[in-house]
Amino acid sequence: MSNGRTIFCNAHLIDPASKLDTRGGLVVENGKIADVGAGLFADIDRNAPDVIDCHGMVLSPGLIDMRVSTGEPGSEHRETLESASRAALAGGITTIIVMPNTDPVIDEPSLVDFIRRRAEATAKVHVLPMAALTRHLAGEVMTEIGLLKEAGAVAFTDGDRTISNTRVLRRALAYASSFDALVVAHAEDPDLTEGTAVNECEYAMRLGLPAAPALAETMIVERDIRLVEMTGARYHFGQISCRASLEAIAKAKAHGLPITCGVAAHHLALNELDVGTYYTFMKVKPPLRSESDRLAMVEGVASGVIDVIVSSHDPQAADTKRQPFAQAAFGAAGLETLLPVALGLYHDGSADLLHILKRMTCTPAKLLGLDCGVLKKGAPADLMLIDTDRPFVVEPALLRSRAKNTPFKGRLFQGLAMKTFVGGECVFDRGAPR
Amino acid sequence: MSTAYPPILQSSHLLGIQGLSVGEITKLLDLAEEYVALGRAKDKKVAVLKGRTVINLFFEPSTRTQSSFELAGKRLGADVMNMSVKTSSVTKGETLIDTATTLNAMRPDILIVRHQNSGAVSMLARKVNCCVVNAGDGSHEHPTQALLDALTIRRRGKSFEGLTVAICGDVLHSRVARSNIHLLGKMGARVRLVGPKTLMPAEVTRFGIETFTDMKEGLKGADIVMMLRLQLERMSGAFVPSTREYFRYWGLDREKLAYANPGALVMHPGPMNRGVEIDSAVADDIEVSLIHEQVEMGVAIRMAVLDALARGLPAGGRNV
Repeated sequence: MSNGRTIFCNAHLIDPASKLDTRGGLVVENGKIADVGAGLFADIDRNAPDVIDCHGMVLSPGLIDMRVSTGEPGSEHRETLESASRAALAGGITTIIVMPNTDPVIDEPSLVDFIRRRAEATAKVHVLPMAALTRHLAGEVMTEIGLLKEAGAVAFTDGDRTISNTRVLRRALAYASSFDALVVAHAEDPDLTEGTAVNECEYAMRLGLPAAPALAETMIVERDIRLVEMTGARYHFGQISCRASLEAIAKAKAHGLPITCGVAAHHLALNELDVGTYYTFMKVKPPLRSESDRLAMVEGVASGVIDVIVSSHDPQAADTKRQPFAQAAFGAAGLETLLPVALGLYHDGSADLLHILKRMTCTPAKLLGLDCGVLKKGAPADLMLIDTDRPFVVEPALLRSRAKNTPFKGRLFQGLAMKTFVGGECVFDRGAPR
Repeated sequence: MSTAYPPILQSSHLLGIQGLSVGEITKLLDLAEEYVALGRAKDKKVAVLKGRTVINLFFEPSTRTQSSFELAGKRLGADVMNMSVKTSSVTKGETLIDTATTLNAMRPDILIVRHQNSGAVSMLARKVNCCVVNAGDGSHEHPTQALLDALTIRRRGKSFEGLTVAICGDVLHSRVARSNIHLLGKMGARVRLVGPKTLMPAEVTRFGIETFTDMKEGLKGADIVMMLRLQLERMSGAFVPSTREYFRYWGLDREKLAYANPGALVMHPGPMNRGVEIDSAVADDIEVSLIHEQVEMGVAIRMAVLDALARGLPAGGRNV
C-alpha cells in the first residue's frame, strides 16, 4: 500500500503544528501526505478499497517518543529494536529516539550507523539514535559531535548520568553549539543520589529506604541553566520531576534561553506513595516524587513550560527487577502506556488534545530537526488513528514489549491507538472499532 | 489447630511491628513471660514445635540474633538449620527469590530471615508458603528486638502509658529504632529521638515525636534511655567526624544520664561499641543497665513468636 494511494475520510483531524482540530479527510500518496483538510472526502464511498473510514476518530501525526531505551545492543533479552518497535506502534508511536547507554555505548559514528541499519532491517517504527555526549558516558572526554551528527545522531546525551565535571560540561556545550547540536541532559546530582532508591519523604523513612531529596535535581537544573546562558547551547532536560525544577526552567525560558524540558509519563500519573510495599516496578530515575510535584508536572504540561512528554521506556527483566528494592534496577516499560497516560490529562480537563499531542509530535520534531510530526502536504505519512474514549485495563502479559515492567499494572485508562501508519503503510491494526 | 492453644497472630508471618495490634503485642508478651520462667528451669525444653523445621536464613552476619533464634527453636523442640550468606549460593549470582523458593521446596515450617535490604523479607514472604519471621531487614524493621525491649521494660514494672523513652544515636540506619517507635507508640509511651542531624531521617517528626540534637536536653525527663549501635563505617567522617567527638556529644556517660529521671534505665540492642555510644561505667552498672536482661528476654520473645506462628500452621502438615 505504501506506493499506492490511501484516503482517510470521516476523521477528526488533529494537527498541533497548524492548530488544526476539525472534521475532515487526508490522502496519502507514495508514503507522503498528499492533501489534508476540513471537509475533504466528505462524500466519498466509505467502502471503496483504498478508503479508510475513520468513524470520527482522531487522526493525528504518529507520536515521537524522545526517550526510549531498548536492550540492543548488549541486553537483547530485555528488549530488541524489533520488540520495542511492535510495542511503540501499538502505542501510536511512529518514531522512537533511542538512548546511547547501551553495551557498547553509542559513542562513535559506526555505532550510530549500526543502530540505523539494524533498525531498518528489523523495526517498522522509525528509530533515530542519540549519541553519547562524552566517551563511554564517563563524563570526561567529549565525543565526535560533528561526525556523529553527520552519521545520523539526532541529539547528544549521557543517558541517565549527570556530568559532574563542570569544566567538561562547559566545553561540551560550547562545542555542541558550534554544530547547533541538541544536548539532552539528565539532572540528578550524582553524589546526593548515590546509593539512593526513592524520593526523600516520610514514606521512604517508614520503609527504611535510602532516599535523595528532590533538590538533587533542581540544583543541577540551576547549574546547567547558568552554563547554557554562557555557552548558548541548545539544551533539553530529558525528564524533570519536581516543582522547583519546573520553576527554574520557566524562569530561564522567560529570559529567552534555548532551554526546553520533558517529563516522563509516569511522573504525570504516579507519586512517591505508589512505591507501596516495595514495588520495584515503581523504581524509576528520577524517582517518583510527592503529589505536589506530580501536580506541578501536570500544570507544567498545561502551561506549556514542559515541552515534551516521553515514555522514558526502560525495559527490565525479572533478573534485575525481582530483587530487594534497593538492589533492583531503575526503569519502567512505557511505550504502550505513553498515549493513554497523556490522554488522561485530556480526560481530566487539564489540557486539550492539541496541547497534549503537540508535546509528542511537532515539538520533538522541531527540537530534533525532523520532518515528521505534522499533518501537511509533503510530510511523511506517519499517522495514528486513536479512539480517545476506549477504556482498557493494563495487563502486563498482553504488552507487546518484551519487558513487562509496567508500573501501571491493573490500572484503568481511556484512549488507545486503533491503527498506526508509517510512511503510509498500516503497521498496526487493533481490529474493529467499537 | 489445637483448642488448647488459642491463636495469637492474625498473620502467618511476623514482618514488622507496624502490622501488629496492641492485643497481639500484649498476647505475645504474656506468652513470652511463660518462656522466661521455662528458661530459668532445669528442663528448658518443651515439645511445642516437635517435628517442625525452622530455617535461619541470614544474609547479613549476626551472632546474637541468629543464636537467639536457634536456641528458641531448639528449646521448643524444632529442628533448626542455620544458613548464612557465605555458604549460600546468593554469592554465585542466584537471586534472593531463587534462594527462597529453593528453601521453600525443602518444606520448612518457619523461615527466619535477615537481609541487608529494606523490604527483602516481605518480598521473600510473598514467594514461600511457610511462616516467615523478619529478623531484621535493612533500615526497615526488627520486630523481635522491639518486642524483647518491651518485655524487658514491662518486667521492670513500668507501665507503657505515659512512659518517656529516649532513643539515641543512629536512627537513620536503625531498624531497631523504627520497630521501637511503632511499638512504643502503639502501647502509649512517649518517644523522643536524640542524635546529630546527619543520623536523623528526614521527615522523622511526621511520626509525631520530638527530636533533639542536644543529648542532655533530650534525656531530661526520660524513664528509659535506649542506645543504638553506631556502625563502624559510619564513624569516620561520613556521618560523624570521629568517634571521640561522637562520644563527647552523644555517648551515654554518667554525666548525661544524670539528666534523665531518677531511676532511669539504660538499654542497648548490642553489640555495644564501648567508648563510642556508651561508656563502660554505665553499660556495666547493673543498677541501671538492662542490657543482659534484654538478651535473656530475646530468647523468650523468640520462643513466643515461633510458638504463636506455629499455632497457625495446619496440624496435619502443609498440603501444598
